[in-house]
Amino acid sequence: MNTQERTVDNGVNVEALLGAREALTEAPEAAAFKWRATSEWVSGTHSRTTVDGFFGLGDEQKHRQTFQFDVDHPEIFAAEDNGATPVEFILVGLAGCLSAGIASVAQNRNIQLRSVKATLEAGMDLQGILGIDDAVRNGFDGIQVHYEIDADATQDEIAALVAQSQKRSAVFDVVTNPTDVTVTTSKA
Amino acid sequence: MSHRAQRQQAGIADVIVIGAGHSGLAMSRALSLRSIDHVVLERGEVANSWRTERWDSLRLLTPNWMSRLPGYRYDGNDPDGYMTVAEVVEFVAGYAARIAAPVITRTAVTQVERVADGYRVSTTRGDWLCRALVLASGAFNVPAIPRLADGIPPDVTQLTAQRYRNPSQIDDGAVLVVGASATGLQLAQEIRQSGRQVMLAVGEHVRMPRVYRGRDVQWWMLASGILDQRIEDTDDPLRARRVPSPQLVGTPERATLDLNALQAQGVEIAGRLAGVRDGKALFSGSLRNVCALADLKMNRLLDAFDEWADENGITAEVGPAERYAPTDVGPSPRLDCELGKEIKTIVWATGFKPDYSWLQVPAFDRRGNLKHDRGIVGAPGLYVLGLPYLRRRKSSFIHGAGDDVLELSAHLAGHLDLTARRHVPGMATG
Repeated sequence: MNTQERTVDNGVNVEALLGAREALTEAPEAAAFKWRATSEWVSGTHSRTTVDGFFGLGDEQKHRQTFQFDVDHPEIFAAEDNGATPVEFILVGLAGCLSAGIASVAQNRNIQLRSVKATLEAGMDLQGILGIDDAVRNGFDGIQVHYEIDADATQDEIAALVAQSQKRSAVFDVVTNPTDVTVTTSKA
Repeated sequence: MSHRAQRQQAGIADVIVIGAGHSGLAMSRALSLRSIDHVVLERGEVANSWRTERWDSLRLLTPNWMSRLPGYRYDGNDPDGYMTVAEVVEFVAGYAARIAAPVITRTAVTQVERVADGYRVSTTRGDWLCRALVLASGAFNVPAIPRLADGIPPDVTQLTAQRYRNPSQIDDGAVLVVGASATGLQLAQEIRQSGRQVMLAVGEHVRMPRVYRGRDVQWWMLASGILDQRIEDTDDPLRARRVPSPQLVGTPERATLDLNALQAQGVEIAGRLAGVRDGKALFSGSLRNVCALADLKMNRLLDAFDEWADENGITAEVGPAERYAPTDVGPSPRLDCELGKEIKTIVWATGFKPDYSWLQVPAFDRRGNLKHDRGIVGAPGLYVLGLPYLRRRKSSFIHGAGDDVLELSAHLAGHLDLTARRHVPGMATG
């Protein structure tokens, strides 16, 4: 089915990824990355987060352009809805990470993708963040992700792509495993 | 023993083999067939780990008919059964006797250093010199316990699979078994059967039925050529060597032991143990995915068996193709549990590492793993045997020793020839 001759192009440079894997095995210090964001409160529940530079391969790096994200809450929260809610950004990150992984794994497995559509839903009981019930956690009580994928592959091969992508996903790891978070303050 | 006595010369041999388990003994036989002078140094008795580091109910994961070593095989009347620990000890000790292996028992190696033309092997009973050295001291010497164990509250008893013998060792109260390989599942089942509540923390694992289409799954693995797959033919050798042992158990009933079977017996499954915080064990939310990965992988393996059966015209000799229910993860697996209040004991079934702390030879990578190319260590005349997927998938199995030893003993003989020729006649070292 996945013949050698067929040219699969999911727009992923697998050779570069595999090359990076090999290079970073030899030079583990270059594999230490720092991801960064800065955020500034605008008004009410509205803030703006900027993503620009990061550290990796032993040096400061820059995105091709500066990205800005408005973060707010919807009007039913008596807010102005200038952007997606913070928890929705978690879904943005998870979908982005899993889809990137699916494309990479598919390329590596010689599977041509035609469409990859994800639908995400996270349950959350507001009694947590509103302090109504201590037994209710603040965050999601679960996340459901559904992928609808059109590709030259069997149902099981597609399921294996999505499973492998989860196995190697940074955001999946961040949301499924505990992470030590340090928040400090200073007076401006 | 005085310091002077410890540094005493105990002997000289062309080759020293460290470890009188099945691998070291198979190498000994190969060296004897080539008339190569050697001794086998053993810290305890033959098959020492089997005598001292295994739990009571353990049986081999391979059926008796697969227990074979060069020039020796199981010849009892239960070829489809699985050896108990005592039977394995008897089997390996019987091999040592059959081949008249030059084993020196109760001699623990304390240090190995490179010297001109070979190695000095210091032991609790004097020093040996040799030109070539074979490490056959096993792959499962020290338990690999995750660092997060440091955060476990002191009122929780911790036990490794190496120290575990039977449930009577364990306090009353609930038990958390960490690890879902053959070991973790077997211990979880046994402890549950003793009447205790058991939680099992499940990371990546390998699921297999014990019997498939009427034949032992190991028969399929061997017959279809999977166990003979070579490490150089794998996509990712490092990962291939890290794959945990499949969820199997050897019982007279030839029962399948998987997460569904365990849950039916009352064991609760949770995700990988991901952290300890505020006296709670935190489990990863990846349980669904690791189970999906294992189910998909098992089905690919069974597909390969079916395909092989078709191609080899044996479909009529075996039972009909089967597929198994996906692993049941339930509606909402637990993400934490109280340590101390709820869980009284943690059993670590998180794997083992070989112990080469005595090997003072620059042959280790950045992470302290022994560097070798299919058993040929990057130091002259140094070899290693019996590690998972050393040369082939079967390398750490009893029946896997034969082929590896055949090839590595030939390489070793070549090394001895080559180094002997470099010496001026009359100056050859022993």
